[in-house]
Amino acid sequence: MRAATRAPVSVRKLEGGSVAPLVFVALALAVLGADLWAGPYYVKLLTRAMIVALAALALDLLVGLAGLVSLGHAAFVGIGAYAVGILAEHGITSGWIQWPVALVASAAAAAVIGALSLRTRGVHFIMITLAFAQMLYFAANSLSRYGGDDGLTIWNRSDFGGIVSLADRRTFAWLCFVLLLSVYVALARLSASRFGRVLRGAKDNERRMAALGFAVTRFRLVAFVISGTVAGLAGVLLANLTEFVAPAYMSWHRSGELLAMVVLGGMGSLYGAILGAFAFVLLEELLSRFTTHWALLFGPFLVLVVLVGRGGIAGLLARLGRIR
Amino acid sequence: MSALLAARGLAKSFGAVVAAADLDLEVEAGEIHALIGPNGAGKTTVLGLLSGELRPDRGRVFLSGREVTHAPVHERVRLGLGRTFQLSCVLPSFSVLENVAIAVQAREGSSFRFWKPASPDPRLEEPAFALLERLGIDALADRPAAMLAHGERRLLELAMALASRPKVLLLDEPLAGVGSKEAQRLVEILARLRAEVGVLLVEHDMDAVFRLADRITVLVNGRAIASGPPSVVRADPLVRAAYLGDDSER
Repeated sequence: MRAATRAPVSVRKLEGGSVAPLVFVALALAVLGADLWAGPYYVKLLTRAMIVALAALALDLLVGLAGLVSLGHAAFVGIGAYAVGILAEHGITSGWIQWPVALVASAAAAAVIGALSLRTRGVHFIMITLAFAQMLYFAANSLSRYGGDDGLTIWNRSDFGGIVSLADRRTFAWLCFVLLLSVYVALARLSASRFGRVLRGAKDNERRMAALGFAVTRFRLVAFVISGTVAGLAGVLLANLTEFVAPAYMSWHRSGELLAMVVLGGMGSLYGAILGAFAFVLLEELLSRFTTHWALLFGPFLVLVVLVGRGGIAGLLARLGRIR
Repeated sequence: MSALLAARGLAKSFGAVVAAADLDLEVEAGEIHALIGPNGAGKTTVLGLLSGELRPDRGRVFLSGREVTHAPVHERVRLGLGRTFQLSCVLPSFSVLENVAIAVQAREGSSFRFWKPASPDPRLEEPAFALLERLGIDALADRPAAMLAHGERRLLELAMALASRPKVLLLDEPLAGVGSKEAQRLVEILARLRAEVGVLLVEHDMDAVFRLADRITVLVNGRAIASGPPSVVRADPLVRAAYLGDDSER
């Protein structure tokens, strides 16, 4: 009997409260260490992991908190990246213009896609988000003015005047760190807020929430737009890191990988999505040194973590904490 | 003075099955109106039509004189319609207190708040706790709703429905599967509720129905074959033949 019982969401969240600061301290030390001893390659690798973690965080808000499984989230990363690339192609390199345009574009796309997708539930929701992402993927492929399927090289990173220089890899890495931390804190607050409670309630029992007087779809749409905007921010950073955009950023493989990271890290804990993203990016890096078929090794690892660690990496950590 | 809740000429069929046919129904302030009938008579469908989960084929629904036939569930709730479900319907991963607190939050109409934690928040938790005390389940406040016994969950559902301060309450078999001691307590609570909300009660426990109801409507195959005070309904020959006579559910 005892084993079958689950602590309520609010209680489980508290357990994460002590882990999340450790995650960020470890991350800061890693960036510092890579910069001092390991060299530019590893700084860039960590920067990419932080950007991917930002996108995974955005997806966890939907999947973990609201129970909405989107299989098209790479589309918003792509929109953010393309906004930067297209503006740069036209000579607009100011970050003060690029970034707001990119964020508004991803928010608007999320509002439209969300409004239509949220009419469906379950598997249908998964399929319709996938379908929208594929539409955008093929639309990007057909943008011959902006490189078509070859993609688009960005000659200059976003320019913020003299305030921050993204060309400096150290500055760029710390900017990504600060953004990841800020978004994490904001989403963790959101998760515990009245709004977050409505999302969790609707995940638990949508019918009951409607009978209490909540217009559930409205709340989910707001969550979808927030999530799409954060993913768009990840796209802005990714375009700046790689100095390149391509339709491949939006492919459904990317969306699937984001989902794998969220599941690997442990859904709904937020910091778990960050851990999942790091585990994914670093394992990909490590395993691909031995074989190009690295996914062959990663697959069993994912299965193992999901089976053994119910609740992903975050679940494992929480249980380890309890045993001690 | 119009009724709190009124249905006029309500009709709904599922294929060949008639769940409601030309049904008129009211709930006045201060009354408990019981809707009884054999299994499959359409009682739960009628509750679905009134609450907005189902759309009628024909007919209209009014809440405090205002037409709500096409209004969605959450809008009817805002206009003062509360309900409980036949199969207990709570938020299983929330604690008992959280379940009621979110119901209070729904009434307060201030859920687009993204920064301040929802707990602890005395504006939500104090009224919620007061309701738990009133229904005698305050000792369970911190327990996850998934761990409640059946009867306790029924009481929690009632607390959630009351938290939205409804004017009319639709109760779908609140006593089903509840032990006799808890049933006793529920009947007493429902009897006292009459003063503040109008109640439409669907229930199979005839002792409870005849103790509580001010008016009874008997539904058979989607049609109201009798409606009136308990004494009149009990004596009605049609009802005796169709329902009470061969009643095996007591």
